[in-house]
Amino acid sequence: MTYRLAPIDTGAFVAERDGDHHTVIGSVVRRSDARGHVTGRTEFFEDVAAPRLAHLKMHRSARHHARITDVDVSGALAVPGVLRVLTHADVPNNVYTVLKLIGVEPDDEPVLAVDKVRYLGEPICAVVAETEAAALEGAAAIEVGYEDLPPVFDVEEALKEGAPLVNEYQGQNYFVYEGHHCRRIRFGDVEKAFGQADHVFEWRYQSSPIEQAPVETTGCVVVPQADGRLRIHSDTQACFFTLDNTALILGVPFNKLRIVGGTVGGGFGGKVDVVVEPIACVAAMAVDRPVKFVYDRAEEMQVSSPRAAERIVIKDAVMDDGRIIGRKVTLYVDAGAYARHSPYGTTKAAAHLPGPYTIPNVWADCHCVFTNRTPSSAMRGFGVTIADFALESQMDRIARALDMDPLQLRLINAYRDGDLKAHRKIAEGTALVEVIQKAAELAGHELPEAYRRMSSTTREGL
Amino acid sequence: MAKLRGRGHASVNYPTGMNLGGDPSQALIHATTTGTFVVSLSSVDLGQGIKTIAAQCAAETLGLPIGNVLVDTADTDTGPHCMGTFASRGSHRVGNAVIMAAAEARGVMLEVAAEELEVDAADLETDGTGFIMVKGAQDRRIHVTDLALAAHFKHGRTISGRGVYLKEPSAPVPETGEMDPDSCQAHACTVAVVEVDDETGVVEVLELFNTYEVGRALNPAMATQQVEGGAWMGVSHALFETTEPYYPVRDHGPRDFAGYLMPGPADLPIQHSLLLERPAANGPYGAKGIGEMTANAPIPAIANAIFDACGVRLTSMPFTPERVLRGLDALRMEEPC
Repeated sequence: MTYRLAPIDTGAFVAERDGDHHTVIGSVVRRSDARGHVTGRTEFFEDVAAPRLAHLKMHRSARHHARITDVDVSGALAVPGVLRVLTHADVPNNVYTVLKLIGVEPDDEPVLAVDKVRYLGEPICAVVAETEAAALEGAAAIEVGYEDLPPVFDVEEALKEGAPLVNEYQGQNYFVYEGHHCRRIRFGDVEKAFGQADHVFEWRYQSSPIEQAPVETTGCVVVPQADGRLRIHSDTQACFFTLDNTALILGVPFNKLRIVGGTVGGGFGGKVDVVVEPIACVAAMAVDRPVKFVYDRAEEMQVSSPRAAERIVIKDAVMDDGRIIGRKVTLYVDAGAYARHSPYGTTKAAAHLPGPYTIPNVWADCHCVFTNRTPSSAMRGFGVTIADFALESQMDRIARALDMDPLQLRLINAYRDGDLKAHRKIAEGTALVEVIQKAAELAGHELPEAYRRMSSTTREGL
Repeated sequence: MAKLRGRGHASVNYPTGMNLGGDPSQALIHATTTGTFVVSLSSVDLGQGIKTIAAQCAAETLGLPIGNVLVDTADTDTGPHCMGTFASRGSHRVGNAVIMAAAEARGVMLEVAAEELEVDAADLETDGTGFIMVKGAQDRRIHVTDLALAAHFKHGRTISGRGVYLKEPSAPVPETGEMDPDSCQAHACTVAVVEVDDETGVVEVLELFNTYEVGRALNPAMATQQVEGGAWMGVSHALFETTEPYYPVRDHGPRDFAGYLMPGPADLPIQHSLLLERPAANGPYGAKGIGEMTANAPIPAIANAIFDACGVRLTSMPFTPERVLRGLDALRMEEPC
């Protein structure tokens, strides 16, 4: 077995190590599924060969924002091989929200559109057919009448008075956090810090939606069992989360469902929404046959929830010596048309602020905003990745404005053990100082002795 | 026209576990009569290797070789609850649950061995090759296969254990945001070296110097794969990826990998990676969650390197040739003729 191995530095926290007497932990053990993956023997959900398998495809919204005036499914039913066309009326609890399992309200998203579409590609009708080709042909034959509504695509436009209302279930174009229009951090007094600062820097940052891009697209195969239960072969990232949400949408006891999964061709957050299993179960029960519903690549890229676009404004109060004494952050998370996991991700973003630095005055307003685009949701680094782009660009600009070494600026402000974070938790187990010092060493970036002597566990050099 | 070289820096931290906690995972473990221990989970392996990590945690805790452990996941009829694979929680939550289950099973294993060897269980140890033996008396030992048979057919005992890990949920204070969001924090720093072609606007990442503090590298080869793959994703996010290239305008969305570009082998920078370990008190053998963090620092490091190279400050992701060229044009407009 050959493999790449990054060296491990064991010097930095030697006193905290437990003696390294392990026999298996810390050793290179072959990844248990590697051979199967590279020889093509690993079984993924699509390898389930269910007899009499039927296929499901969606007819999707052709508009960004419109009232549905008419749905004509007769064209689909006339396609040879089409078994059934499902509409919202076939889904027992059609309106849901996935995070209701951890107490998030309200239900704000229909499995199949009812009287309105809120983004391009929103599912309206599901066509179940003998073959994938017939299902696609059937989906294309459905005719939907629309009455266009003005869409809103920009987060700050969406928050303006008089903006088109995206999601009537939410009632306003932002998620409400316990009576507040955003998730807040209030720590110290930033306005006072701006008054005391030698410099005030304010800049804006923007990202665009990003696709998780797993090799295996989102999908499932639902197989009705002899005992009346449904066995769901799925590439979900969270089996019970999917099971629970699916049962709630179907209105069936939880133990009617069984999820079989666990071997997935990449997730990156794209497979924590519950978007294929519920309607595939409805279909399987309706036709009493196994049903497969799997996204094609275009659906995965344009309909499946991406990483949210974020807009971030950071205003910093900075002293001549590089100390940041105040940081004010305004974050707009573009949730798209429905909440999905965005209320959670926005809170996670708030918890991450002001970055890995000890800043005595922090103010943050983190807005979870609804717009007429594909709902965004979880992705690797949820709430953090884009914030880090903004925060670390900001740090670079401050260093340049002060004519300081960018790593020294970070070392001066880096959080240490015992520091109080903006969310009022005491920092422990910190190691920002050490990763900076080691990166400097690795890259041949010279740091003065005083900076090389700094430590996460002491206040030396501050 | 020239290729301009620059360096950029970024340092980050990343929380382990579902934000605000409340995300339990369970593990069950039992020995079959072959002396093989089956770890039952409902956890999902996305390719990151949780099946392997769970087996390693079980084997280490049991004191047995990795070959004596099988991982059975993920079937909701047979596997106990797991919140899911996300939020850099798998190794931490599932690892801890497996350790707890394996510790209970090890206790029973040693009790049965004590009866077989007619000694006190406290005087027994495992040698990591499959034997349970009396400390200081290596000839007084029993192999786990014989032990598992004896437990079932002679002593009527199950060698099994239950494990769960829960970080109790925290509710943020709405006014201030006071909360306990995480179990621990991992750390990373990137120094990026880029080359900007000022004629085409193309940015090439030449080299990445990355350090990662991971608590504990449970499997150093898989940790290496995580950090190198994650850094690749950071490069990809920085230079290429979006489903809406003219956001917030909805047009021109890619529908396949011909339109949605990602770095190919020729685009890969040289990566110099170094792992640091500051064991987390609540981590399985000290491990922190590192999966998500590894993509983050390269993005701003590349933005900062582009500025260093050509003076263009890109505040919108991704850093496409179009944006670089527009930035260069704007700089030329500013310059006095």
